[in-house]
Amino acid sequence: MSASLVFFIVVAAVSLTSALGVVTSRWPIHSALFMLVNFITLAVFYVTLGAQFLAAAQVIIYAGGIVILILFVVMLIGSEKIGGPSGHRLWTPYAGVALGVLMLATMLYTFASSLLGEPGTADAIEAGHPKAVGMALFTQYILPIEMAAVLLLVALIGALLLARQPKAGS
Amino acid sequence: MVPTSHYLIISGAIFAIGAVGVLTRRNALIILMCVELMLNSVNLSLIALSRQWNNLGGQVFVFMIMAAAAAEVAVGLAILISHMRHTDTANIDEFRLLKW
Amino acid sequence: MFDLAWLIILLPAAGVLINLFFGPKLGDRRVGYMASAAVALSFLVAAWLALRLWGLPADEQVHTVTLWEWITVGSFRVAAALLIDPLSLTMALVVTGVGALIHVYSVAYMEHDEHYQRFFLYLNFFIFAMLILVLSDSFLGMFVGWEGVGLASFLLIGFWFDRRDDSYGYYADAGKKAFLVNRIGDFGMIVAMIAIWSAAGSLAFTDVFEAAEHGAFTAGAATFVCLLLLLAAAGKSAQIPLFVWLPDAMAGPTPVSALIHAATMVTAGIYMIARTHVLWHIAENAALTAAWIGALTALFAASLALVQTDLKKILAYSTISQLGYMMLGVGVGAYGAAIFMLVAHAFYKALLFLAAGSVMHALDGELDIRKMGGLRHKMPATFRTFLIGAVSLAGIPPLAGFFAKDAVLLGALAHQPLVYVVGLFTALLTAIYSFRAVFVPFFGQPRDRHLYDHAHESPSLMTVPLWILAALTIFGGLLNLPFVLSLEKWLQPALGAHDAPGLVIELIALTLGILIAGFGFVIAYAWHIANEQWPRRLASSVESLQPALQNKWYVDDFYFERIVLPLRRFAGWLATAVDQKLIDGTVNGIGRITVSAGDRVRKLENGVIPSYALAIVLGVVVLAAYFVFSI
Repeated sequence: MSASLVFFIVVAAVSLTSALGVVTSRWPIHSALFMLVNFITLAVFYVTLGAQFLAAAQVIIYAGGIVILILFVVMLIGSEKIGGPSGHRLWTPYAGVALGVLMLATMLYTFASSLLGEPGTADAIEAGHPKAVGMALFTQYILPIEMAAVLLLVALIGALLLARQPKAGS
Repeated sequence: MVPTSHYLIISGAIFAIGAVGVLTRRNALIILMCVELMLNSVNLSLIALSRQWNNLGGQVFVFMIMAAAAAEVAVGLAILISHMRHTDTANIDEFRLLKW
Repeated sequence: MFDLAWLIILLPAAGVLINLFFGPKLGDRRVGYMASAAVALSFLVAAWLALRLWGLPADEQVHTVTLWEWITVGSFRVAAALLIDPLSLTMALVVTGVGALIHVYSVAYMEHDEHYQRFFLYLNFFIFAMLILVLSDSFLGMFVGWEGVGLASFLLIGFWFDRRDDSYGYYADAGKKAFLVNRIGDFGMIVAMIAIWSAAGSLAFTDVFEAAEHGAFTAGAATFVCLLLLLAAAGKSAQIPLFVWLPDAMAGPTPVSALIHAATMVTAGIYMIARTHVLWHIAENAALTAAWIGALTALFAASLALVQTDLKKILAYSTISQLGYMMLGVGVGAYGAAIFMLVAHAFYKALLFLAAGSVMHALDGELDIRKMGGLRHKMPATFRTFLIGAVSLAGIPPLAGFFAKDAVLLGALAHQPLVYVVGLFTALLTAIYSFRAVFVPFFGQPRDRHLYDHAHESPSLMTVPLWILAALTIFGGLLNLPFVLSLEKWLQPALGAHDAPGLVIELIALTLGILIAGFGFVIAYAWHIANEQWPRRLASSVESLQPALQNKWYVDDFYFERIVLPLRRFAGWLATAVDQKLIDGTVNGIGRITVSAGDRVRKLENGVIPSYALAIVLGVVVLAAYFVFSI
């Protein structure tokens, strides 16, 4: 039982708990905060996996961007208490849980039955260095970068338009 | 070092939890958050495997996913806000416009 | 010059077209004249061709005039062609000659009818079809004409399709009956044609008969073909068992009865058998069958003619009986004699029908002879011509009927004596009913005073054709006198060598014929004019047959019960169980399944987002499971 394994297990436990918290919270604001915790644990995982740049990106984008955005929206539209389940949805929760369990079981079966061996060499850790990632991004993967940029632009404009106040009398 | 399979198990677990959340919850915001959970689990899995096979492509792809997820959240929230202006509810059971 | 033979057929066709397109403009009378002129011109062309043919030596008297290549399918080739030889021209002359006279008669007879023009349309069409029948050079061409006259018969019998009465029922039903019964015969014809083509490789008469002479037909094959042809002839020429349509056909206008059901259409079967005599020579059993069917039909129908009270029905049964004689003639091999009888019968039967029509015309449509009487004073021309026709029918010399019947019975006596006996007895009955038909309406006291006062002689457009036919009846015997046999010699190129029975047989036949006819006259006279008792005592000895005779030997009832009703029930069953339930059910069922399936599938598109999400996740799980557990 090495130290890294213990560390891993602790962080994994926090991660799973916060995920369950997102799903089961009564108030959206609680869900948002649980989600924040989950993102941070994921950033920790990325660091242990040697993807430092992505860990930083995770914190910046997700924790610092998306969660804030969600929090803003929660404040804006108010969190109401959704009433009891409607008629035909009585069986849906159970179906959903059953499917989730099924999915998990399938994945566990796959991963457990083909226990992947030792990971790569120390070079791999270096490979997650921002410089290395940056080099790859701007030489080999330049096209996806550009496309992502366009996507973000489109999303920006779209979000602007959608969330505009409707003109009086239109 | 922690074997890759452990990371994959965690990733799968978070994905399953996120899926259950999507199917079960009725508040549109919470559903959106569960979708984010699912996306992140995939990110974890990609990075783990990138380390496994020493291929930087996995990490680059994760970067793209982050960008796409950010765009999607922004637009999705904008839609939600605009819908709430008209109907005053976030209960997706009330989102019936697609009904035949 | 025989290439112009198609004019014979074209002229009545032109009459049809002119009537169709210009009829309303021309007006009734002119349409009638135009139609009559078309047929008369056709007769003149035929007569001219006959004269030219007569001048040629015997082996040059057969011409084929090809009009165009009609059907060419692989090895099956039929040309639209005419066969011009003595037999076909004789038939054409009878059809157009008697036809023209009847057209002229109809101009006056149908005067007050509102569908005057349609009548001439159908009449011309009939002549057209009949000419195709007799002039065609192939079985298929003849069959076209065969069907055409069947159609014309249907149209003309049911000419007054909106009428009904107690004697005939719905007139339209009579037409339907004729068509359906004929159809049975047509089936025989079609199967025969298939058999002929498979044996001989062609449907043209000359080809088939040449092949037959070279042995293409085994005795069995020829018998099969001939029996089927007999079935067809039985339908068209009203023999047992397919004669039932002819008495009902009297529902049609009288000129129709005269033309189609006495002189021409009904003789098509006889013509067809005479034409195919080569095959009948090979199939002797079939010929014997034909002879017996003819004899029995003659007897059967004559017995029924004795008890009819409807003037036209007497003549109808008489026609069936006389056709029986003709069938008897072709059955025993006396083809020339049979054709002679065909010609003579055309003259005197058309005469009788037209005269009956004249009586009807005078008595405002009355046909029941029990309501007539003493008409000879009121309608002298009609009476005299009717008398001439009846005398000829009875077979009294020296009229045409006597010589014709003698020629046929001579053939019977020479080849099949048993058939001759039946024929002779039938001749007795024929004489009795013929004179009965004369004595009851025209002699004695009028039985219905009102009708009698009303009666008047018919206009000359009607009486002149009567006199022409009467003259033909009187002198028609000259066509084929015993031992001279002009007509039979003329027909040799088509019918083969004629019979030449010995002097003794000839004299026996002649003597017996005269005696029987005379005896018949005596019986009728004693019964109806002299009012003596002995004929009635003779009749009462066969009293037990009376109900059978009154009910037409129960044939119609038998057919109705055993054939028509079961067929109707079967058709009804097919209509409900098969058509409605099975077929409609299947088709509608497919529709209903589609609709209900669509209904159910539609529920998937419910607009409820969580259910869509569920579907997506479900798909993912299924795919994942598939990949994980089967790879």
